[in-house]
Amino acid sequence: MSETQPVPLPKFKRDGEIAQRVPLHEIFLTFLVIGGTSFGGGVVAYLRNSLVAVKGWMDEEEFLAALEISQALPGLNATNMSVIVGDRLRGPIGAILAFFGVTLPGTAIVLILGIVYAQNHHNPYITSVLKGVGAASVGLLLAVTLQIGHKQMQHTLDLILVIVTVTMVSFLHFQLLTVLITVGPIAIYLYRPHPARPLEDDKHVVDKKAAD
Amino acid sequence: MHSTSWNLCGVFSLLSILAVGGGTAILPEMHKLTVDEHAWLTDDQFRDIYSLGQIAPGPNMLMVVVIGYHVDGYLGAAIAFFSFFLPACLLTFVTARVWDYFRASPWRLSVQRGLAPMVIGLMTGGVISIARTAIINPTTVVLAALVFCALYFGKKINPALLILAGGILGLFCLR
Repeated sequence: MSETQPVPLPKFKRDGEIAQRVPLHEIFLTFLVIGGTSFGGGVVAYLRNSLVAVKGWMDEEEFLAALEISQALPGLNATNMSVIVGDRLRGPIGAILAFFGVTLPGTAIVLILGIVYAQNHHNPYITSVLKGVGAASVGLLLAVTLQIGHKQMQHTLDLILVIVTVTMVSFLHFQLLTVLITVGPIAIYLYRPHPARPLEDDKHVVDKKAAD
Repeated sequence: MHSTSWNLCGVFSLLSILAVGGGTAILPEMHKLTVDEHAWLTDDQFRDIYSLGQIAPGPNMLMVVVIGYHVDGYLGAAIAFFSFFLPACLLTFVTARVWDYFRASPWRLSVQRGLAPMVIGLMTGGVISIARTAIINPTTVVLAALVFCALYFGKKINPALLILAGGILGLFCLR
Protein backbone atom coordinates (compact mmCIF):
# COMPACT_ATOMS: atom_id res chain seq x y z
CA MET A 1 0.00 0.00 0.00
CA SER A 2 1.14 3.51 -0.67
CA GLU A 3 2.69 5.81 1.91
CA THR A 4 1.48 8.87 0.02
CA GLN A 5 -1.28 10.86 1.61
CA PRO A 6 -4.35 10.63 -0.56
CA VAL A 7 -5.19 13.84 -2.35
CA PRO A 8 -8.83 14.36 -1.50
CA LEU A 9 -10.98 14.31 -4.60
CA PRO A 10 -13.15 17.40 -4.61
CA LYS A 11 -16.54 16.18 -3.53
CA PHE A 12 -19.75 17.29 -5.09
CA LYS A 13 -22.33 18.11 -2.50
CA ARG A 14 -24.09 14.80 -2.96
CA ASP A 15 -26.59 15.26 -0.12
CA GLY A 16 -26.14 18.97 0.25
CA GLU A 17 -27.76 22.02 -1.21
CA ILE A 18 -26.75 21.44 -4.83
CA ALA A 19 -28.05 17.87 -4.90
CA GLN A 20 -31.44 19.11 -3.85
CA ARG A 21 -31.41 22.17 -5.99
CA VAL A 22 -30.75 20.77 -9.47
CA PRO A 23 -34.01 19.37 -10.82
CA LEU A 24 -33.80 16.38 -13.17
CA HIS A 25 -35.36 18.24 -16.10
CA GLU A 26 -32.74 20.95 -15.76
CA ILE A 27 -29.94 18.36 -15.97
CA PHE A 28 -31.51 16.90 -19.10
CA LEU A 29 -32.11 20.29 -20.73
CA THR A 30 -28.62 21.58 -19.95
CA PHE A 31 -26.97 18.56 -21.54
CA LEU A 32 -29.46 18.65 -24.43
CA VAL A 33 -28.39 22.22 -25.24
CA ILE A 34 -24.69 21.24 -25.04
CA GLY A 35 -25.34 18.23 -27.28
CA GLY A 36 -27.26 20.35 -29.79
CA THR A 37 -24.87 23.29 -30.02
CA SER A 38 -21.39 21.72 -29.80
CA PHE A 39 -20.43 21.84 -33.45
CA GLY A 40 -16.92 21.06 -34.69
CA GLY A 41 -15.91 18.52 -32.03
CA GLY A 42 -14.23 19.34 -28.73
CA VAL A 43 -17.36 18.95 -26.62
CA VAL A 44 -15.28 19.36 -23.43
CA ALA A 45 -14.90 23.11 -24.03
CA TYR A 46 -18.68 23.44 -24.32
CA LEU A 47 -19.16 21.33 -21.16
CA ARG A 48 -16.73 23.45 -19.18
CA ASN A 49 -18.41 26.66 -20.26
CA SER A 50 -21.89 25.44 -19.40
CA LEU A 51 -21.26 23.44 -16.19
CA VAL A 52 -18.58 25.63 -14.59
CA ALA A 53 -19.15 29.14 -15.95
CA VAL A 54 -22.88 29.36 -16.68
CA LYS A 55 -24.55 26.88 -14.30
CA GLY A 56 -21.95 26.85 -11.53
CA TRP A 57 -22.71 23.21 -10.75
CA MET A 58 -19.00 22.53 -10.22
CA ASP A 59 -15.81 24.53 -9.88
CA GLU A 60 -12.77 24.31 -12.12
CA GLU A 61 -11.03 21.76 -9.88
CA GLU A 62 -14.04 19.46 -9.75
CA PHE A 63 -14.34 19.72 -13.52
CA LEU A 64 -10.69 18.73 -14.04
CA ALA A 65 -11.05 15.84 -11.56
CA ALA A 66 -14.01 14.49 -13.54
CA LEU A 67 -12.14 15.06 -16.82
CA GLU A 68 -9.18 13.06 -15.52
CA ILE A 69 -11.44 10.05 -14.94
CA SER A 70 -12.98 10.46 -18.41
CA GLN A 71 -9.52 10.58 -19.99
CA ALA A 72 -8.24 7.49 -18.19
CA LEU A 73 -11.18 5.28 -19.18
CA PRO A 74 -12.37 4.08 -22.58
CA GLY A 75 -15.12 6.08 -24.23
CA LEU A 76 -15.72 9.61 -25.42
CA ASN A 77 -15.06 12.51 -23.07
CA ALA A 78 -18.46 14.00 -23.83
CA THR A 79 -20.40 10.90 -22.75
CA ASN A 80 -18.06 9.90 -19.90
CA MET A 81 -18.24 13.43 -18.47
CA SER A 82 -22.04 13.47 -18.75
CA VAL A 83 -22.29 10.17 -16.88
CA ILE A 84 -19.96 11.35 -14.09
CA VAL A 85 -21.49 14.81 -13.67
CA GLY A 86 -25.07 13.52 -13.92
CA ASP A 87 -24.31 10.87 -11.29
CA ARG A 88 -22.66 13.36 -8.93
CA LEU A 89 -25.64 15.72 -9.23
CA ARG A 90 -28.53 13.28 -9.00
CA GLY A 91 -27.30 9.67 -8.96
CA PRO A 92 -27.98 7.06 -11.67
CA ILE A 93 -31.10 8.83 -13.02
CA GLY A 94 -29.07 12.01 -13.38
CA ALA A 95 -26.35 10.09 -15.23
CA ILE A 96 -28.86 8.54 -17.65
CA LEU A 97 -30.57 11.88 -18.34
CA ALA A 98 -27.27 13.68 -18.87
CA PHE A 99 -26.09 10.94 -21.26
CA PHE A 100 -29.25 11.02 -23.37
CA GLY A 101 -29.28 14.82 -23.27
CA VAL A 102 -25.80 15.13 -24.71
CA THR A 103 -26.25 12.41 -27.36
CA LEU A 104 -29.87 12.87 -28.48
CA PRO A 105 -29.62 16.00 -30.69
CA GLY A 106 -26.50 14.80 -32.53
CA THR A 107 -27.92 11.29 -32.94
CA ALA A 108 -31.18 12.60 -34.41
CA ILE A 109 -29.38 14.98 -36.79
CA VAL A 110 -26.71 12.50 -37.92
CA LEU A 111 -29.40 9.84 -38.47
CA ILE A 112 -31.45 12.21 -40.66
CA LEU A 113 -28.28 13.11 -42.59
CA GLY A 114 -27.50 9.38 -42.88
CA ILE A 115 -30.95 8.62 -44.30
CA VAL A 116 -30.66 11.46 -46.83
CA TYR A 117 -27.17 10.21 -47.72
CA ALA A 118 -28.36 6.61 -48.13
CA GLN A 119 -30.95 7.75 -50.70
CA ASN A 120 -28.58 10.11 -52.52
CA HIS A 121 -25.10 8.68 -52.19
CA HIS A 122 -24.58 8.88 -55.94
CA ASN A 123 -25.67 12.50 -56.06
CA PRO A 124 -22.53 14.43 -57.12
CA TYR A 125 -23.51 17.54 -55.14
CA ILE A 126 -23.81 15.62 -51.88
CA THR A 127 -20.65 13.55 -52.34
CA SER A 128 -18.61 16.62 -53.32
CA VAL A 129 -19.66 18.42 -50.12
CA LEU A 130 -18.72 15.34 -48.06
CA LYS A 131 -15.37 15.06 -49.85
CA GLY A 132 -14.67 18.68 -48.89
CA VAL A 133 -15.73 18.08 -45.29
CA GLY A 134 -13.56 14.94 -45.18
CA ALA A 135 -10.48 16.80 -46.41
CA ALA A 136 -11.13 19.68 -43.98
CA SER A 137 -11.48 17.09 -41.17
CA VAL A 138 -7.99 15.77 -41.89
CA GLY A 139 -6.60 19.30 -41.36
CA LEU A 140 -8.69 19.71 -38.21
CA LEU A 141 -7.68 16.35 -36.70
CA LEU A 142 -4.02 16.94 -37.50
CA ALA A 143 -4.06 20.40 -35.88
CA VAL A 144 -5.78 19.07 -32.73
CA THR A 145 -3.42 16.09 -32.47
CA LEU A 146 -0.30 18.23 -32.90
CA GLN A 147 -1.54 20.84 -30.42
CA ILE A 148 -2.11 18.16 -27.78
CA GLY A 149 1.11 16.37 -28.71
CA HIS A 150 3.08 19.59 -28.45
CA LYS A 151 1.91 20.09 -24.85
CA GLN A 152 2.52 16.48 -23.86
CA MET A 153 5.88 15.75 -25.45
CA GLN A 154 8.64 16.46 -22.96
CA HIS A 155 11.18 13.69 -23.51
CA THR A 156 12.67 11.67 -26.33
CA LEU A 157 10.95 8.72 -24.68
CA ASP A 158 7.55 10.30 -25.43
CA LEU A 159 8.45 10.69 -29.09
CA ILE A 160 9.64 7.07 -29.30
CA LEU A 161 6.36 5.85 -27.77
CA VAL A 162 4.38 7.94 -30.29
CA ILE A 163 6.38 6.59 -33.24
CA VAL A 164 6.13 2.97 -32.05
CA THR A 165 2.37 3.31 -31.59
CA VAL A 166 1.77 4.94 -35.00
CA THR A 167 3.95 2.36 -36.74
CA MET A 168 2.11 -0.53 -35.12
CA VAL A 169 -1.35 0.91 -35.90
CA SER A 170 -0.95 2.50 -39.31
CA PHE A 171 1.85 0.64 -41.05
CA LEU A 172 2.08 -2.82 -39.50
CA HIS A 173 -1.73 -2.93 -39.04
CA PHE A 174 -1.68 -4.51 -35.60
CA GLN A 175 -5.02 -4.96 -33.91
CA LEU A 176 -5.79 -2.09 -31.55
CA LEU A 177 -6.16 -4.54 -28.64
CA THR A 178 -2.62 -5.82 -29.26
CA VAL A 179 -1.25 -2.27 -29.26
CA LEU A 180 -3.09 -1.37 -26.04
CA ILE A 181 -1.93 -4.44 -24.10
CA THR A 182 1.69 -4.20 -25.25
CA VAL A 183 2.52 -0.47 -25.53
CA GLY A 184 0.21 0.51 -22.62
CA PRO A 185 1.86 -1.51 -19.80
CA ILE A 186 5.38 -0.84 -21.15
CA ALA A 187 4.71 2.92 -21.26
CA ILE A 188 3.30 2.90 -17.72
CA TYR A 189 6.29 0.84 -16.53
CA LEU A 190 8.75 3.29 -18.12
CA TYR A 191 7.06 6.07 -16.14
CA ARG A 192 6.80 3.94 -12.97
CA PRO A 193 6.87 5.68 -9.59
CA HIS A 194 10.45 6.47 -8.63
CA PRO A 195 11.51 8.31 -5.46
CA ALA A 196 14.40 10.07 -7.22
CA ARG A 197 12.29 11.58 -9.99
CA PRO A 198 8.74 12.16 -8.83
CA LEU A 199 6.19 12.76 -11.56
CA GLU A 200 4.38 16.06 -11.46
CA ASP A 201 0.64 16.05 -11.11
CA ASP A 202 -0.80 17.32 -14.35
CA LYS A 203 -2.53 20.48 -13.19
CA HIS A 204 -3.74 21.38 -16.63
CA VAL A 205 -5.39 18.19 -17.75
CA VAL A 206 -5.05 18.36 -21.49
CA ASP A 207 -8.12 17.32 -23.43
CA LYS A 208 -6.55 14.24 -24.94
CA LYS A 209 -9.75 13.27 -26.66
CA ALA A 210 -10.41 16.70 -28.11
CA ALA A 211 -11.15 15.45 -31.60
CA ASP A 212 -13.91 13.02 -30.64
CA MET B 1 -31.73 -10.91 -33.53
CA HIS B 2 -30.11 -12.30 -36.65
CA SER B 3 -26.39 -12.71 -37.28
CA THR B 4 -25.87 -9.20 -38.71
CA SER B 5 -27.27 -7.71 -35.52
CA TRP B 6 -24.90 -9.78 -33.41
CA ASN B 7 -21.97 -8.73 -35.62
CA LEU B 8 -22.91 -5.06 -35.22
CA CYS B 9 -23.22 -5.55 -31.49
CA GLY B 10 -19.85 -7.31 -31.32
CA VAL B 11 -17.97 -4.77 -33.44
CA PHE B 12 -19.25 -1.68 -31.62
CA SER B 13 -19.01 -3.14 -28.09
CA LEU B 14 -15.39 -4.03 -28.84
CA LEU B 15 -14.70 -0.51 -30.15
CA SER B 16 -16.39 0.92 -27.04
CA ILE B 17 -14.02 -0.90 -24.69
CA LEU B 18 -10.95 -0.22 -26.85
CA ALA B 19 -11.60 3.56 -27.03
CA VAL B 20 -8.95 4.40 -24.42
CA GLY B 21 -7.74 7.32 -26.51
CA GLY B 22 -11.22 8.48 -27.46
CA GLY B 23 -12.97 8.53 -30.83
CA THR B 24 -10.12 9.44 -33.17
CA ALA B 25 -7.93 6.71 -31.67
CA ILE B 26 -10.33 3.94 -32.74
CA LEU B 27 -10.80 5.13 -36.35
CA PRO B 28 -8.16 2.72 -37.79
CA GLU B 29 -9.77 -0.24 -35.98
CA MET B 30 -13.26 0.91 -37.00
CA HIS B 31 -12.13 1.16 -40.62
CA LYS B 32 -10.50 -2.28 -40.43
CA LEU B 33 -13.62 -3.92 -38.96
CA THR B 34 -16.34 -2.18 -41.00
CA VAL B 35 -14.57 -1.86 -44.39
CA ASP B 36 -11.96 -4.64 -44.59
CA GLU B 37 -13.38 -7.37 -42.40
CA HIS B 38 -17.18 -7.16 -42.66
CA ALA B 39 -17.29 -5.19 -45.95
CA TRP B 40 -20.27 -3.19 -44.68
CA LEU B 41 -18.85 -0.01 -46.22
CA THR B 42 -16.52 1.05 -49.02
CA ASP B 43 -13.63 3.44 -48.39
CA ASP B 44 -15.67 6.31 -49.86
CA GLN B 45 -18.70 5.52 -47.71
CA PHE B 46 -16.51 5.39 -44.60
CA ARG B 47 -15.18 8.87 -45.41
CA ASP B 48 -18.66 10.19 -46.23
CA ILE B 49 -20.15 8.86 -42.99
CA TYR B 50 -17.26 10.26 -40.98
CA SER B 51 -17.95 13.63 -42.64
CA LEU B 52 -21.63 13.39 -41.66
CA GLY B 53 -20.46 12.98 -38.04
CA GLN B 54 -18.40 16.15 -38.42
CA ILE B 55 -21.38 18.14 -39.69
CA ALA B 56 -23.74 17.06 -36.88
CA PRO B 57 -23.39 18.62 -33.41
CA GLY B 58 -22.13 16.57 -30.46
CA PRO B 59 -19.37 13.97 -30.65
CA ASN B 60 -18.32 12.98 -34.21
CA MET B 61 -18.48 9.37 -33.12
CA LEU B 62 -22.28 9.50 -33.33
CA MET B 63 -21.43 8.42 -36.90
CA VAL B 64 -21.70 4.85 -35.56
CA VAL B 65 -25.48 5.32 -35.76
CA VAL B 66 -25.23 5.90 -39.52
CA ILE B 67 -23.01 2.83 -39.97
CA GLY B 68 -25.62 0.81 -38.04
CA TYR B 69 -28.42 2.26 -40.18
CA HIS B 70 -26.47 1.50 -43.35
CA VAL B 71 -26.03 -2.14 -42.32
CA ASP B 72 -29.42 -2.94 -40.81
CA GLY B 73 -31.86 0.00 -40.90
CA TYR B 74 -33.30 1.51 -37.74
CA LEU B 75 -32.63 -1.66 -35.74
CA GLY B 76 -28.99 -1.52 -36.79
CA ALA B 77 -28.78 2.15 -35.81
CA ALA B 78 -30.14 1.38 -32.34
CA ILE B 79 -27.83 -1.62 -31.88
CA ALA B 80 -24.77 0.40 -32.95
CA PHE B 81 -25.71 3.25 -30.60
CA PHE B 82 -26.23 1.14 -27.49
CA SER B 83 -23.33 -1.24 -28.20
CA PHE B 84 -20.98 1.69 -28.69
CA PHE B 85 -22.02 3.68 -25.61
CA LEU B 86 -23.26 1.22 -22.99
CA PRO B 87 -19.99 -0.63 -22.16
CA ALA B 88 -17.82 2.50 -21.80
CA CYS B 89 -20.54 4.43 -19.94
CA LEU B 90 -21.14 1.61 -17.46
CA LEU B 91 -17.41 1.25 -16.86
CA THR B 92 -17.15 5.01 -16.27
CA PHE B 93 -20.16 5.03 -13.96
CA VAL B 94 -18.72 2.29 -11.74
CA THR B 95 -15.09 3.50 -11.81
CA ALA B 96 -15.97 7.14 -11.03
CA ARG B 97 -17.66 5.96 -7.84
CA VAL B 98 -14.57 4.10 -6.60
CA TRP B 99 -12.03 6.58 -8.00
CA ASP B 100 -10.99 7.81 -4.52
CA TYR B 101 -9.22 4.50 -3.93
CA PHE B 102 -6.98 5.12 -6.96
CA ARG B 103 -6.29 8.74 -6.05
CA ALA B 104 -3.81 7.67 -3.36
CA SER B 105 -1.77 5.38 -5.59
CA PRO B 106 1.55 6.69 -6.93
CA TRP B 107 0.80 4.64 -10.05
CA ARG B 108 -2.03 7.02 -10.94
CA LEU B 109 0.46 9.57 -12.27
CA SER B 110 2.45 6.83 -14.03
CA VAL B 111 -0.69 5.80 -15.88
CA GLN B 112 -1.50 9.40 -16.77
CA ARG B 113 2.05 10.15 -17.89
CA GLY B 114 2.73 6.86 -19.67
CA LEU B 115 -0.53 6.62 -21.61
CA ALA B 116 -0.35 10.21 -22.92
CA PRO B 117 2.20 9.53 -25.70
CA MET B 118 0.40 6.28 -26.62
CA VAL B 119 -2.86 8.23 -27.01
CA ILE B 120 -1.10 10.81 -29.22
CA GLY B 121 0.20 7.91 -31.32
CA LEU B 122 -3.26 6.37 -31.57
CA MET B 123 -4.78 9.73 -32.57
CA THR B 124 -2.12 10.15 -35.24
CA GLY B 125 -3.13 6.71 -36.50
CA GLY B 126 -6.71 8.00 -36.67
CA VAL B 127 -5.65 11.03 -38.73
CA ILE B 128 -3.75 8.75 -41.13
CA SER B 129 -6.76 6.47 -41.41
CA ILE B 130 -9.11 9.31 -42.43
CA ALA B 131 -6.43 10.86 -44.66
CA ARG B 132 -6.12 7.60 -46.62
CA THR B 133 -9.79 7.83 -47.61
CA ALA B 134 -10.18 11.63 -47.77
CA ILE B 135 -6.96 12.82 -49.43
CA ILE B 136 -7.75 11.77 -52.98
CA ASN B 137 -6.32 14.54 -55.19
CA PRO B 138 -4.25 17.76 -55.04
CA THR B 139 -7.34 19.85 -54.19
CA THR B 140 -7.98 17.83 -51.02
CA VAL B 141 -4.32 18.20 -50.02
CA VAL B 142 -4.57 21.99 -50.34
CA LEU B 143 -7.89 22.07 -48.48
CA ALA B 144 -6.55 19.97 -45.58
CA ALA B 145 -3.38 22.11 -45.41
CA LEU B 146 -5.40 25.35 -45.34
CA VAL B 147 -7.61 24.11 -42.49
CA PHE B 148 -4.57 22.85 -40.61
CA CYS B 149 -2.74 26.18 -40.91
CA ALA B 150 -5.82 28.20 -39.94
CA LEU B 151 -6.28 26.16 -36.75
CA TYR B 152 -2.66 25.57 -35.82
CA PHE B 153 -1.30 29.03 -36.51
CA GLY B 154 -4.48 31.11 -36.39
CA LYS B 155 -6.14 32.46 -33.30
CA LYS B 156 -9.20 30.71 -31.89
CA ILE B 157 -11.16 30.03 -35.04
CA ASN B 158 -14.27 27.90 -34.50
CA PRO B 159 -13.48 24.57 -36.24
CA ALA B 160 -17.14 24.26 -37.25
CA LEU B 161 -16.75 27.26 -39.58
CA LEU B 162 -13.76 25.64 -41.30
CA ILE B 163 -15.66 22.35 -41.68
CA LEU B 164 -18.51 24.34 -43.26
CA ALA B 165 -16.06 26.17 -45.54
CA GLY B 166 -14.57 22.80 -46.52
CA GLY B 167 -18.01 21.54 -47.54
CA ILE B 168 -18.72 24.65 -49.63
CA LEU B 169 -15.30 24.49 -51.31
CA GLY B 170 -15.87 20.81 -51.98
CA LEU B 171 -19.16 21.61 -53.71
CA PHE B 172 -17.35 23.84 -56.22
CA CYS B 173 -13.93 22.21 -56.51
CA LEU B 174 -14.44 18.48 -55.91
CA ARG B 175 -17.43 17.65 -58.08
